[in-house]
Amino acid sequence: MCKKINSKDELMNLYENVKDLLELRKTEIEEPEKYHISVCGGTGCTSSSSLKIVEALKHWAKEYNVEDKVEISITGCFGFCERGPIVKIFPDHVFYTKVTEDEAERIIRRHICNHDIIHHLLYKNEQGERVFKQENINFYKKQERIALRNCGLINPEIIAETIANKGYLALSKVLFEMTPEQVIEEITKSGLRGRGGAGFPTGLKWKFAKSSIKKPKYVICNADEGDPGAFMDRSILEGDPHSVLEAMAICGYAIGANEGEIYIRAEYPLAVNRLKIAIKQATELGLLGDNILGTDFSFHINIKYGAGAFVCGEETALIHSIEGKRGEPTLKPPFPAVKGLYGKPTNVNNVETWANVPYIILEGAENFANMGTDKSKGTKVFALAGKINNVGLVEVPMGTTLREIIYDIGGGIKNGKKFKAVQTGGPSGGCLSEKDLDTPIDYDNLVEKGSMMGSGGMIVLDEDDCMVNIAKFYLEFTVEESCGKCTPCRVGNMRMLEILNKITDGEATLEDLEVLETLALTIQDSALCALGQSSPNPVLSTLKEFKDEYIAHIVEKRCPAGSCKKLVNYRIIKENCLGCGMCARNCPVNAIYKTDETGKNPRLNAYAIDSEKCIKCGTCVGKCPAKPKAIVK
Amino acid sequence: MRTNEEMFKELDEFIEEVNYDEKELIAILHRAQSIFGYLPMVVQSHIAKKLKINVSKVFGVVTFYSFFTMVPKGEFVISICLGTACFVRGSDKILERVEEILQIKNGETTPDGKFSITTLRCVGACGLAPVMTINDKTYGNITPEDVDAILAKY
Repeated sequence: MCKKINSKDELMNLYENVKDLLELRKTEIEEPEKYHISVCGGTGCTSSSSLKIVEALKHWAKEYNVEDKVEISITGCFGFCERGPIVKIFPDHVFYTKVTEDEAERIIRRHICNHDIIHHLLYKNEQGERVFKQENINFYKKQERIALRNCGLINPEIIAETIANKGYLALSKVLFEMTPEQVIEEITKSGLRGRGGAGFPTGLKWKFAKSSIKKPKYVICNADEGDPGAFMDRSILEGDPHSVLEAMAICGYAIGANEGEIYIRAEYPLAVNRLKIAIKQATELGLLGDNILGTDFSFHINIKYGAGAFVCGEETALIHSIEGKRGEPTLKPPFPAVKGLYGKPTNVNNVETWANVPYIILEGAENFANMGTDKSKGTKVFALAGKINNVGLVEVPMGTTLREIIYDIGGGIKNGKKFKAVQTGGPSGGCLSEKDLDTPIDYDNLVEKGSMMGSGGMIVLDEDDCMVNIAKFYLEFTVEESCGKCTPCRVGNMRMLEILNKITDGEATLEDLEVLETLALTIQDSALCALGQSSPNPVLSTLKEFKDEYIAHIVEKRCPAGSCKKLVNYRIIKENCLGCGMCARNCPVNAIYKTDETGKNPRLNAYAIDSEKCIKCGTCVGKCPAKPKAIVK
Repeated sequence: MRTNEEMFKELDEFIEEVNYDEKELIAILHRAQSIFGYLPMVVQSHIAKKLKINVSKVFGVVTFYSFFTMVPKGEFVISICLGTACFVRGSDKILERVEEILQIKNGETTPDGKFSITTLRCVGACGLAPVMTINDKTYGNITPEDVDAILAKY
């Protein structure tokens, strides 16, 4: 498998030879002769010991003497993190959720040896019915997997499996059948826009880089996923590293670059490791490196580590960081396409953008452009999280509504609470309220609503979340991450945060609110880079949709969601108190005492809270066994 | 425990490997931090001397990136995820509880050098929110009440 491939025909031969590797996974047979078990090896599932499940499965396959009847491997993220660890069995396509190491024996003994499906591991839908197959689970029904096409299908550490699913065939098509101009034309026609946040047309970006005369040129993959709560880039790199490498090489050919850099967070050890393996395997096969597939095109890829700075997601800051400097942004123009890495023309794209490129080349720009809305084509991956039943990674066509994502795919709000808002775009985005639920999601609609696509974080909030506190949370993040170069961002955001602190402490006045708004608009206009310009978005969008909550904090000194500590008072409703004393025993500061009067139980005295001593930790509420709870805010 | 000399030797070898290239400063700092556990001034000035650049430049980079630290970390590093998904599911309360039990603040190390508390932004395990990690072990879906029992294991 290590022989270098020197021509297009050799690659096609290899593809024909390895195609069968995925046969079990691509066909559907009930009670087959041979099985394949795929265990999720994404970050979420490995955190729940999914790698131990693989070992246990292999152990029991040996014990039961069925090693030749079953293949067991890891794969990339299935996306359904809420129900992880996920184990999928092929070719009968049975989808097991929340699997533990202890279930491995049962899976081998019953499913593999006796074709007997283990019902308690199947996903239970909202109606309480067990669902056998992945495609019948509501979470997957409306999804369209393009960027995530290989995640959950192939083993990312085996290049043959990538090739078996047409990996590197797009690179070969480009090198042998297309001119660089045709490649750029195809990407432009597809309507692909940057998935990192701003949505700049990818084809246009490549065209700019191509038209720069200076040499050498560079291709950069931005894998500095900094948005707290977004993990799609990491999942793509972990589940399908070769697609990103292939796409970078395609871009190198199109713009005339021979060097690529992947800038990745050092906090992503699993993704780094898979990338290293992928680069090594691709180079051994002659799919990267010198004279790719026997042509005179060479392309090398290096990995560069970030060190935890949100601003390095901005392309000029990222370039400085690769050069070994502080990751401070510089004013554009000049754009990186003219003067980028080491002062040379550079094209920077985000991981998800790269993952779409081979698909567009192989399936054609039109197929890609058929999905999505007028101005936003294709699909978008979202990291759905927060107060939602099905947390996970979802990929939907552009133009899907928030309602479809939150209710049909996400299964609605956790614990039957009421939906309040959804935050998109991370610290640069904003909050959308109930009235925006039917808006088709694309780049332009989100901006119009005061938010943005961002990298695709989507955090669902319920009635218990205080919107002022959420805005404060994001602003704290920006203040911490501001590089300090320009005054509006460095000082302005700090002042805004101080005002928000006053509001949540119940010490603000209505004038403060006006100053807050003025400051926000000024920062938007005057900050140097995208981080600063977009940093007031969480405040401005919540001010727009939830101004009444701000007013309640300021005028009534009340937090409507009951989450701002300083404005909350806990008390015990005597009539509901069972007199059990659970609250008093667990109170960390002994602020709860027994009164002289009886409560719900005529034989036991009720308790009360000394508000002077109370530190408002909320422990007592969690401990109170009464229904309804005797302790309220 | 390795001697100081051995640790500096390993660092020098790495610096030589990357050809004393200033552009590799961040990679060198990553390596130095993994060797020494943190980046004290002596290490920073050593690197500056080797690369023939000002120590202020090294210091500027070290302080810019949150991954680099100038204080030694404890034997067990407790990281609480303050990503948005964990935050809305109450990770701030987890942090408070950990601070309360260990009697140190976020970013500090206990006097006996056993525990440090740090926060991070998104582990990528949002399905398990709120998440806390201690060295390489991940604890998911935890409540402030669970913290006592978890810490007691260490």
